[in-house]
Amino acid sequence: MATASQTALAVDFPILGQEGLVYLDSAATSQKPRVVLDALEDFLAHHNANVHRGVYPLAIDADTRFSAGRAQIAAFVGAEPAETIITKNATEAINLVRYSWGPGNVGAGDAIVLTEAEHHSNIVPWQQLCSQVGAELRWLEVDDEGMISLDQLDEFLADGRVKMVAVTHCSNVLGTINPVEEIVARARAAGAASLIDGSQAAPHMPVNVNAIGADFYVWTGHKAYGPTGIGLLHGRRELLEAMPPFLTGGDMIKTVSFDETTFNELPFKFEAGTPPIAEVVALGAAVEFITELGIERVRAHEEAITAYALASLKAVPGITIQGPSLAEQRGGLVSFTLDCAHPHDVAEILGRDQVCVRAGHHCTQPLMKKLGVGATTRASFAVHTSTDDIDALVGSLGRVIDIFGDR
Amino acid sequence: MDDALYREEILEHYKRPHNFGPMETPDRESFDTNPLCGDELRVMLKVDDNDVVEEVRFEGHGCAISQASASMISDEIKGMKLDDLARLDRSAVLDLLGIDISATRMKCALLSLKVLKSAAIGTLADWEPDTVDAARPAGGAQL
Ligand SMILES: Cc1ncc(COP(=O)(O)O)c(C=O)c1O
Repeated sequence: MATASQTALAVDFPILGQEGLVYLDSAATSQKPRVVLDALEDFLAHHNANVHRGVYPLAIDADTRFSAGRAQIAAFVGAEPAETIITKNATEAINLVRYSWGPGNVGAGDAIVLTEAEHHSNIVPWQQLCSQVGAELRWLEVDDEGMISLDQLDEFLADGRVKMVAVTHCSNVLGTINPVEEIVARARAAGAASLIDGSQAAPHMPVNVNAIGADFYVWTGHKAYGPTGIGLLHGRRELLEAMPPFLTGGDMIKTVSFDETTFNELPFKFEAGTPPIAEVVALGAAVEFITELGIERVRAHEEAITAYALASLKAVPGITIQGPSLAEQRGGLVSFTLDCAHPHDVAEILGRDQVCVRAGHHCTQPLMKKLGVGATTRASFAVHTSTDDIDALVGSLGRVIDIFGDR
Repeated sequence: MDDALYREEILEHYKRPHNFGPMETPDRESFDTNPLCGDELRVMLKVDDNDVVEEVRFEGHGCAISQASASMISDEIKGMKLDDLARLDRSAVLDLLGIDISATRMKCALLSLKVLKSAAIGTLADWEPDTVDAARPAGGAQL
């Protein structure tokens, strides 16, 4: 199974028509399928108008498509449209929670739990909140297999001071899929809120925000075959209703007088200004594309590719692979280092073979420190990845070793 | 092989860097990182009474370009006055490397010069101007 060759699940990505391009950087941003580009163009060419206020037919059409896009996006992760807030990206979604929910719910002497494998966007906002209110961070350690310990979570929760547990669903470096349902349940039982960063999960594995049960679940459109400029925050209604607005201005109001403002209902209360309208429509098309392929099939494909990649990479001399050894415990990405060459040099030489991988700290500097590396090289997979792509990666790594090998 | 970036001399310096290792009681030192890739580089200098560099040692880790550039420049600056060191511009390392450096790798090439100049002036020097990268905020597009 691990060595069976596997063709791409979907191929209609215009950019992949470029001769020789081997795109293994979907964890940074996904390439866009034809259907998403078509939806974007169709909306802008035939249905474009601002939303919410128009009464003429074109504006009503735009409004209807915008609402339909939100409904598709919400349904993709089992959420209610009213509990689906459109932001700019995952980072802004987390900041919304930090600024709007944070100060009213986290105070001096309280604590926030994170894992060591968080992306900077799920670290820095909480660090800032902690220093603003005088709270502390508690870090769940990752072990050699990239796993966190639920026992340590229980220890952290025991004194009742933890107000928020913010954890990534799938690590963008280790690939580890965290037991988010279990984490959320334990947090809730201890009276803590929870936020799950689904940026690396949403387009790659089944996600149901109700089943996970987190108070907040965030993800980002551009990693989910959609355009840039759109992120998602799904929140529990009671919390969202109790929270003050984040950004203020147009669209998020019910009434404004010279003296005061009343705020709009959910989700609009958190969407100040003109939203990314065409992007919502296009992301709607993107999740439709995934749903048509079948998210279970997508997961099975990417898991098979990951197993193949782990098996092939293991044979590369001088390689260290980060994260869980079993594909079933990881999302579709593999980070590694070579003894002979720095990740930057690896990515540069691979780039000359048009093998596109990312090298660096992947916005996870605390994790790099923990792993004892300055940087890693990361290959990440998508529905268009085939075992041929992995073979190209491994072949190109051979070239790196030819150049640097005798170090 | 068409790997101009990794010409033999650069690989040689990367694999066996000159003037790398610890220095006890340096007169001057400076440390900095390359936000793009997490490279870290420390330079330590011994200078005589006339502020002339007698000895130089680098410590740290990084890619071939940053390590080779540190190694190559370390051979050049012995006997140089701190004032002159502080006035070096990016051509000092780029000429030694002798290859085309892409915009995204420019900071790798320039880190050694930055820490050297910082050590010479006794405070953190700016990145060399006129690089495409110089205008970008630290820690830019790293996902
Ligand atoms: C795990 C994780 N969280 C958050 C982000 C931030 O996403 P964005 O830059 O779209 O806000 C990323 C990607 O960069 C990520 O991999």
